[in-house]
Amino acid sequence: MIWAGFLQRAIMQGIPLLYGSTGEIITEKSGNLNLGIPGIMYVGGISGVIGAFLYEQNTASVNPVLAVLIPLVCSMLGSLLMGLIYSFLTVSLRANQNVTGLALTTFGVGFGNFFGGSLSKLTGSDIPSISLTATSNCFRTSLPFAEKCGWFGQVFLSHSFLAYAAVIIAVVTSLILSRTRVGLHLRAVGENPATADAAGINVGRYKYFATCIGSVIAGLGGLYYVMDYANGVWSNDGFGDRGWLAIALVIFAVWRPNISIFGSILFGGLYIVHNYIPGLDVSGQELFKMLPYVVTILFLVFISMRRKREAQPPAHLGLPYFREER
Amino acid sequence: MPQKPHKAKEPLFHIAKRDAIVWWKAWGIRIAAILIALVFSGVVSYLLTGENPLRIYAKMLEGAFGTQRRVWGLLQNLAMLLCVSVAVTPAFKMRFWNIGAEGQVLVGGLASAACMILLGDKLPNAVLLIVILAASILAGAVWAVIPAVFRAKWMTNETLFTLMMNYIAIQLVSFFVYKWSVPKGSGQVGVINRATHAGWLPVIGRYDYLLNILIVAAITFIMYVYLKYSKQGYEIAVVGESENTARYIGIPVQKVIIRTMLISGAICGIAGMLLVSGTDHTISRDTAAGRGFTAIMVSWLAKFNPIFMVLTSFLIAFLEKGATEISTAFGLNESFSDIITGIIIFFIIGCEFFIQYTVKFREKEAAK
Repeated sequence: MIWAGFLQRAIMQGIPLLYGSTGEIITEKSGNLNLGIPGIMYVGGISGVIGAFLYEQNTASVNPVLAVLIPLVCSMLGSLLMGLIYSFLTVSLRANQNVTGLALTTFGVGFGNFFGGSLSKLTGSDIPSISLTATSNCFRTSLPFAEKCGWFGQVFLSHSFLAYAAVIIAVVTSLILSRTRVGLHLRAVGENPATADAAGINVGRYKYFATCIGSVIAGLGGLYYVMDYANGVWSNDGFGDRGWLAIALVIFAVWRPNISIFGSILFGGLYIVHNYIPGLDVSGQELFKMLPYVVTILFLVFISMRRKREAQPPAHLGLPYFREER
Repeated sequence: MPQKPHKAKEPLFHIAKRDAIVWWKAWGIRIAAILIALVFSGVVSYLLTGENPLRIYAKMLEGAFGTQRRVWGLLQNLAMLLCVSVAVTPAFKMRFWNIGAEGQVLVGGLASAACMILLGDKLPNAVLLIVILAASILAGAVWAVIPAVFRAKWMTNETLFTLMMNYIAIQLVSFFVYKWSVPKGSGQVGVINRATHAGWLPVIGRYDYLLNILIVAAITFIMYVYLKYSKQGYEIAVVGESENTARYIGIPVQKVIIRTMLISGAICGIAGMLLVSGTDHTISRDTAAGRGFTAIMVSWLAKFNPIFMVLTSFLIAFLEKGATEISTAFGLNESFSDIITGIIIFFIIGCEFFIQYTVKFREKEAAK
């Protein structure tokens, strides 16, 4: 069953991307192009690791509920803080979004690698590398009957709760964006903040909330990566360029979280397809790893040439909004 | 019941744009921000290491200036960062968000490495160096022009396009690194032409990096003059302020966008050549080492002025060297420097607000 195995791996690769892209879509809908997502995902991952590490160090027997809850809360707090830094600088202090985002990525990746590399030294324990097997096992609990359902079980039922949560969050976000008043207001802020402001929508508040909620969701992608995909073993730079891939996925999903569910599986598949092509040498594999980015560029060109109105980025993406400068 | 007249509550403070600020005040605010940031990062380092913050700063200075070798290393890092920053500047001045410098530098380096490996024993060294220069300029320019053409013709989002081009460049380099790896399959190219030094930039006297530094200084000066005094530099500024105005006064916007990105990419290509043929004499996917991204912050912090960029890239290069020294001295992970750099950039980004705007507090209502 090579196909089932491939699909299962593709979904596992896709989940962090799905989290990242859902978070970035919410952020971009408010007109904020947050290039700090890669850094935020690192922070989300390492904050969860720090929480789990401290918990595992200070407890004799691991309580499964706490073992999941503590890293989850830590991760969310960590990425919320990153989102707050970004919104404070870009919305309140009106700083340039690209520069702020890139600084946030530098900071976040550095933060992750720093604590990943020196957490055990800082806490004075003698463990050489961080391996949170107990916590990871709690996170990886999957449905008990998955194994009995053949290939269907392997592909769709074998995942952990964070994977299903990603899909649910994406669907709910999609509904909120397209069907509710809050979603309408948010889209208005991203398309034309001056009009939104005139209609009585608090532009700053929407931007803050969208960016912070988006950051928290994206951070969960980092947590999923460490706890599920990497079995609770933090390795520096292990998360790699997935954060940027999540931003690519936003374009591919034309700013719709429900499309990015399928997009994430496709990207996850493209990310690992080189392992499944027989007779490929190492250098050929490196060429294949280009695929997600090439697909994104082709798609970006395609939607800009087609000029279909529904498939465009929010009109005010990346631009600051100052009421008195209209 | 008679309704009370609605009284609008005046907010506690409001923000107004400053007309213009005297230059010394602006720099005073910036320097104050850097000082606060240094104090803040001192506190962070203290919390993490438990060391006396003054000793930490002393270590930073020692790491950057401690020996002659370190000073040269610092100058080399400064020059490389400055080169990439100067390269991205004309595009930014035009409000073209080229965040693909990383990729443009890498393909430039890749072209140099390819020439060194494939032509190293076929051409005399002087001809080889010219070929290397031409190849890396061409590679960098091509990598930059592709997104520019699509932006100019179809308004394709350049930020996302150039970002994606980075990763294509990185994978392309990976591909060739495995192809050329010595010994086969090790995934590392090693020093190219170690014996013949073919395609290595010549060394002036005993100073390994002096030629690099001089080339970058020349590029920086030329770019300053180009942006400030040439007609093309003026066109860039107008397109950056408003594309509609530019079109109205007869500036060919599409042509300016493509031409400017051509220049931007060409200088990135030169930076790649200086890194491969002038510094490392090898190629890997980390050759650009994130400079393409750092350069964006450097350029922006200097307000797109190439001369100020010497200062801002010095600041970043110094922080990196200093923080690396702290991390080895106190046994911390080397990513410590990224944290410190991040914190300081946050402060500088934030302080620009106080240069451009004033916060006016609500005046107390006069007592009746």
